[in-house]
Parts: sequence; C-alpha cells; structure tokens
Amino acid sequence: MKSSPTARKREVQEQLKILGEKIYYQIENGIFPEIEMPSRSVKNIVYDESLKQYVVGKNRVKRSSKNIKHLRPFTQTIWLAFFVDKLIREGKTSTLRDVYYSAQAFGIEFKDQAESDEIITDLEALLGKAREDYNVYPEERSAIYGDLTIEYTTPGHEGKRLNLASHPDGYLIGPSLSTAELVETSAKMVFAVEKGGLFTRFVENKVHEKYNALIVDTAGQPPRSTRYFLRRLNQELGLPVYVLTDADPYGMHIYMVIASGSANAAHLTELTVPTAKWLGVTATDIETYRLPYVKLTDEDIKRAYELKSDPRYKDERFQKELDVFLKRQKKAELEAFAKYSLDYIVDKYLPDKLKEVKEE
Amino acid sequence: MKETFSEISPSDFFYRNRDLAGFTNPSRALYSTVRELVENSLDACELERILPEVYVRITPYDPMETVDPKKYIIRVQDNGPGVEPDKVPEAFGKVLYGSKYKLRQSRGMFGLGGTMAILYGQITSNKPVTIETSVDGVKRYCYKLMIDIEKNKPIVVEKRIEDGDGLHGTVVELVMEGDYLRSSTKIQEYFKHTALVVPYANITFVDPNGRIFYYLRTTTEMPPPPKETLPHPHGIDVEFMRRTIRQSGEENLAKFLSKRFHRVGLKTAIKFLQYAGIDPNRSPKSLADEEIVNMVTAMHRYEEFLPPDAGCLSPLGENILAAGIVKELTPEFFTIVVRPPSAYSGYPFIIELALAYGGKMIEKGIKLYRFANRIPLLYDEASDVSWKIINEEIDWKRYKIPQEAPIAIIVNISSTRIPYKTVGKEYIADRPEIEKEIKNALREALRKLSAYLSRRSSEEHEKKKINMYLKYLPLIANFSKELAKKSRPPNYKRLLSSSEYEGEQKKIEEFTNS
Repeated sequence: MKSSPTARKREVQEQLKILGEKIYYQIENGIFPEIEMPSRSVKNIVYDESLKQYVVGKNRVKRSSKNIKHLRPFTQTIWLAFFVDKLIREGKTSTLRDVYYSAQAFGIEFKDQAESDEIITDLEALLGKAREDYNVYPEERSAIYGDLTIEYTTPGHEGKRLNLASHPDGYLIGPSLSTAELVETSAKMVFAVEKGGLFTRFVENKVHEKYNALIVDTAGQPPRSTRYFLRRLNQELGLPVYVLTDADPYGMHIYMVIASGSANAAHLTELTVPTAKWLGVTATDIETYRLPYVKLTDEDIKRAYELKSDPRYKDERFQKELDVFLKRQKKAELEAFAKYSLDYIVDKYLPDKLKEVKEE
Repeated sequence: MKETFSEISPSDFFYRNRDLAGFTNPSRALYSTVRELVENSLDACELERILPEVYVRITPYDPMETVDPKKYIIRVQDNGPGVEPDKVPEAFGKVLYGSKYKLRQSRGMFGLGGTMAILYGQITSNKPVTIETSVDGVKRYCYKLMIDIEKNKPIVVEKRIEDGDGLHGTVVELVMEGDYLRSSTKIQEYFKHTALVVPYANITFVDPNGRIFYYLRTTTEMPPPPKETLPHPHGIDVEFMRRTIRQSGEENLAKFLSKRFHRVGLKTAIKFLQYAGIDPNRSPKSLADEEIVNMVTAMHRYEEFLPPDAGCLSPLGENILAAGIVKELTPEFFTIVVRPPSAYSGYPFIIELALAYGGKMIEKGIKLYRFANRIPLLYDEASDVSWKIINEEIDWKRYKIPQEAPIAIIVNISSTRIPYKTVGKEYIADRPEIEKEIKNALREALRKLSAYLSRRSSEEHEKKKINMYLKYLPLIANFSKELAKKSRPPNYKRLLSSSEYEGEQKKIEEFTNS
C-alpha cells in the first residue's frame, strides 16, 4: 500500500509505455488497435463490504479504433496517455481545464471540458491510478497546517524541505504538496474540518499543539487530491483521521466520502481512509449541546432518506443519526458552538467527542 | 333530354351552366381563360409539329381602375398553323357541341373551352373578341366577332386583311371581367406546370403588373401527334349508338359495326351479333329503340373484343418529361416510370409517373403535379385519385423515405377520354384500372428512390468512415510511437487495406449494386 509519489510516477510511466507498445504492435501487425478497461457503467459499480467502499465490478469494456463510434474517444485516450507521459517526464502538472485546452495543440478536439474530464477518468480506469498519479489536478484546493516536514519532488524544488507549521493560513494541498515526500512529524492525529472558518479557529486556538494534530481544511466536499493526501497521512504516517462537519446530512456525507469513497471514483481504491472517524457534529449533538438550529429543508430530508438506503451507511450508528435528523428535523452549523464562547468547540466539544469515539 | 336540347342552343346551355365549366367566379374565370387559350395554342402547334412559341399577356382594360375584380385584356399569341380565314367565324364564334365523334387525344375537348372563354368575355364585357390569324405569313385576317347566344351563331363585327409579315399563327384577344389578385398564384403555377411537360415550347407570360415570366425551350423533341381512332365498343352509350346509326350508310349491321368501331372486324362483328342474338344482315336503321339499348348492353358485356389499341395516344415520353423535370425542378435525383397501356371502359390510357427528389427547387414534403393529356390540373387536388393513392394507399414506411423529404410527384394520364369526376375537369375519378396503374407506377418509382437514398447514405457513411480513419489513425500511430519510445510511427496505412476492412467494403458495394 505504501508507495512514495516518485515510485508511483515510475509505475505510471511503465504502464504508459506498455500501453503505447501494445498499440504500436497492433498497428504494425495490421490490426486496428483496441484497449480494454473496467466498465464504469452504473451497473458495474458495486459496494465492497471488506473495503467498505464502492468499487467497479468485473465487467470490462473494449474500445476499438475500428469502431467509428469509438475512434474519437480512443484517439483522445491515447493522446491523454501521451500527454501525461510528457507531463511526468518534464515534471509538470496540469489542471483538468489545462488538459482540455492543451489537446488543441495536438489536433485533438474536445467539445467541452466535460468530455475531456470523462477521458481523464477513462485513463484512471485503464491504468487503475488516480489522475494525481499522472499529474492532473482539479482546480479546487484545500489547506493543511501543522508540524509536518515535507520534501519537494517538484522539478526546481527537489530536495527542498518545508515545515507546514510555518505559515498560519496553512498550505494549499496542491500538486507539489501532493507529490512531496512526507519526511517527519510530531503529530499524533489529523483533524479534517469542513470549513475555512473553523480551520482558522483551530490554528488560533493552537489545536495543533494541544492535540498534537495536523489540521486540514477540506473546503466542503474534499477534492480528490485532499482525499488522497489524507490517505497518505493515514497510511504513510499512521495518523488517525478525525472529521468534523456541520450537523446535516450533507456534512455527514463529507465524512463518508473521506472514509468510503464516492461512486464516481469507484474505479479507484486508493483515495479512502477507511479508519477515519466522524466526530460530529451529529444530530444527537444538537440536542446534547442545545445548539441553535434551523429546520431541515426538503432537500435535506430527501438526502437523508437517500443516505439511509446507501450501503455505506449500513452501520447502526449512522442509521441512528439519520433517524434523529428525520425525527427532529433540525440541523446546525459548526459555528453554532460560538453561542457558548469562541473556545468552547476546542476546549469542551472536541475532548468530549474524542473520548466518545475512542471508547467505541 | 332531346327536347331540352332542341329548345336551347349549345351556347345558351353553356351560358346557363358556366359554373360547371370552370368559370365560377372572376378569379377562376381568368385562370380558365388563360389555360384554355394556351392549351388551344399548344394543341395547334403540336398537331402540325411546330415547336411552340406562345406569348401571353394580361393587361388591365382601364389602367385607372385598381380594385379587383375588374376588366382585363387577355392576349394569347402563337406560331401555330393558323386558321383558314373563312372558317374563323365558325371556329371562334360558335359553340360546336358534339361536332366530332371521332376520338383523338387532345388537350381541350374539341376546342370547347376556348369558345367558352370567348363567351364568358362577351357576357362580362360586352366587347367583341379579336382574332388575327395567318396560315401562310402573307396575309393576316383580323376579325372582331360576337356570339349570338340564343341562335349559337357568330356575328362578324369587323373584318380586315393585313400584311402577314411572314409570320403564321393565331392571336386571340378578348376583354373579360377577372380577378388577377386572387388568381395570380394559380396562373403562375399553371405556367410552371405547363413548362414541366412542354420543355419543347418557349412560353412568355406578361402579367398585369408588367412582370415577365419566361419558360425557355430546352429540347426540340416533341411527342408524336395523336392519331384519330374509332370508338371502342366497350366505351359507347345508347345515345352515341343512335347518332352513329343515324349518320350511317352501311346496308347491314355486320358492316356497320366493323366500319364504325375500333377493334371490330367483319368476323368479330358477326360473332358478336350472334352472341347478342341479332341478325347480322339487318339494316342498322331498322333497329328499334329497345333493340339499340339491348345491343349496346350486349356490347359492354361481350368480352371477345380486343382491348383498345393505345397507338392513338400521345404520351409525353421519357425524354421530354426528363427535360421538363431537369429544367423546372433541377432535382438531385429523379426517376420516370411509363406504364404499359391499359384501358378502362373501352378507352385506352397510359400512365406516366415521375418522381423527383431533392435539389434546390423542391420543397420539403410531397408536391403533386397532376396532368391529364398534358394539361395541368390545379384545383381540387384532394379529390384526385393520385392524391388518394399518395395519402391513403401507399405505405411510405416500407420505402424508408424520411418524413418531410423533398419530393415532387408528376402524374400524367394520357387517354382518348379522361375520366374526370365532374364537369369542372380538375380531378380524375378513382377508376380501379387507373388507380392500379398509378399505384404500380408510384411503387416502382418509390423503390428506385429508396434504393437511391440507401445507396447514397451508405456511400456517405463509407466516405465518412474513411475520413475518420484518415483523420485519427495517423494521430494514434504517432502517439503510440511516442509512448513506446520508438523512432518511427507504425504503418497505419496497412489498416486501411487490411483484408478485414476490404470485406466490409465489399459487402457495401454488393448492397448498393443490387
């Protein structure tokens, strides 16, 4: 499971070369080249009990350049393979949007970014690697703060080290951070919080010192690079991950995606932190801490029902919380603790909840 | 019946029944007048194998008058053979009802329509018609005529002789009440239709607004002139038989029948009379009314008469129709189906059907062009047998022709007698024999269109496929070279000639050739 970004890049490059050779020799032998990959159709996405996440099933799809309908996406996929191979070789990264525009320089057309995003996901399925492994990143970025020393692998910065507690606003979890080697940390745990506001409060209240923690701002539903980084913190450094969200079905789902992944990325198994824990804020907490609340919207209620029948929520604890949401029809935000004091959430709520999950 | 006819003259009869003949109102009357006069001109030229030059002009009679309906001067001029000067008053100033009993395919029935137009002009304007005609180009005879409606007699108002200027032909000019505002569409449509079936004519039309429409000759081929033929025994009625007997001079029935009827020789006549139980040696004039009725009934029932010979018909022919279609419709594709001659009730007929598809002129949907003996039929389309077949009897889905496909269907029926449903002569009755022929012709044409469309689409598909390969395979080859770190790209051209691919090619070719 543990593999450094540099090693993973080498692996991807090797896979790309094999892919290129396969196509090269098919053409040389007078055969219309074809590629095969796991099917990402809804029918082929299944819930894996042991991994506790959605994975793609056994169905595979063949894409043949002989088929006129496949020819264009086939070419786009091969171009993307060529393009990312070049990115890795030159030590460059690209955003999803960059990919869309870059294609034009090579005579490849995408009618919109949705189409190029689709091909990027196809290449993920084909290689069994996340796009971050081949240097393609989303635009959205979240942040991290705390005592962690990293060493860049980014060209021009190789070998340079940085401690992530050096800047109070935190550091963007971007391509360079994602691919940096994790050198050293004194942290014992990771807090992933849903909101920038709370992230700042945690830094100000020295949560990193009080709890020996790294603090991550997921900025809502975390981008895959953040999920991937959380996994590295968990896998490579052995740090437990605790998630703090608003008390509503959507907040709960932020935790679930970190822990169990999303159906959209079912073809990737290395983005999750299965041992991550949800600290709250739970539906029950709203009552327990008498938090100021607002009424659940129709949308929230609909979402709660959807989650109730989702296999990722099979656990009794989640079912119970969803039931409380539906019964009380209340939701609350992390900021609601400010009712008591700005420090309350750090000094009172956090220790309570940590104790609670550790007893589980 | 007989008594009624003896009391009023044919002119009077038509005067009283002008609605039936297409002179219902000022707009319809203007259209009918133009049509009748143009048809007469074309008929005259064709009879003498002269390539027609027809000039038509409609001008307001009083330029100060602006509101339709109003009086118009209609002038139709041709380069036909002209009319013998002494026959002019009779030919144009008298309704020649029932003057001809021989059958010949012609446009206007016995020139009746032309006379009707003159009659209508006189009724609505009280002005004489002007006829100028020259048979030799040396002298031109100019008449001004009126019709004495009650007596059915021409009145010569004025007669002049002028220099013929070396031009033969006839000019008819009359004044009538008309409504161009409401008939302009139909009149223009009429010329367009006509141009479609007479590509060997030059036609010029100047409308009341001074706009000039040219329809130019694109072929010098003309259809063979129709021949006269005797009536077929299946196609006659009692009244006709009575009149024929009255005019006859043969001493016995066997001779009478063999001389006066089509497909009846002496042998056949005797065999038939035996079948009918009538003595072949009797004099025709000795037959009593009841016996005439019985003989006609037996004639209709007797099946040994050969079907009528279509040699007397003058269909357009494929070449002329093709020239007309290319000229007026400029289609992407067209096909012409000429059915073998057939007959209904003793009248021979031939169906010619053309189907044109695509191009810039044909609009979306199905446009039907109907012709009877080359005359355009423009009114009452929905009552016509062709319309019924197109809209109710043909299963269009079978031919895989897309909805709203731009299609023009041209149907021309040639016959010694067109089975019009009404006296208005604007639509063909659904006689089963005719319906069957039109249906078969249309089906054949649709099969050809369908084959053309599928060939075109598979050709397009094939072309598209090759273009796709040519666009993408070099890219794939090059990217695979880069990924595999090779020095040269793989030879993708082999793929385009690989046996597998050729197999598919062949399949398509076989399909399109079949």
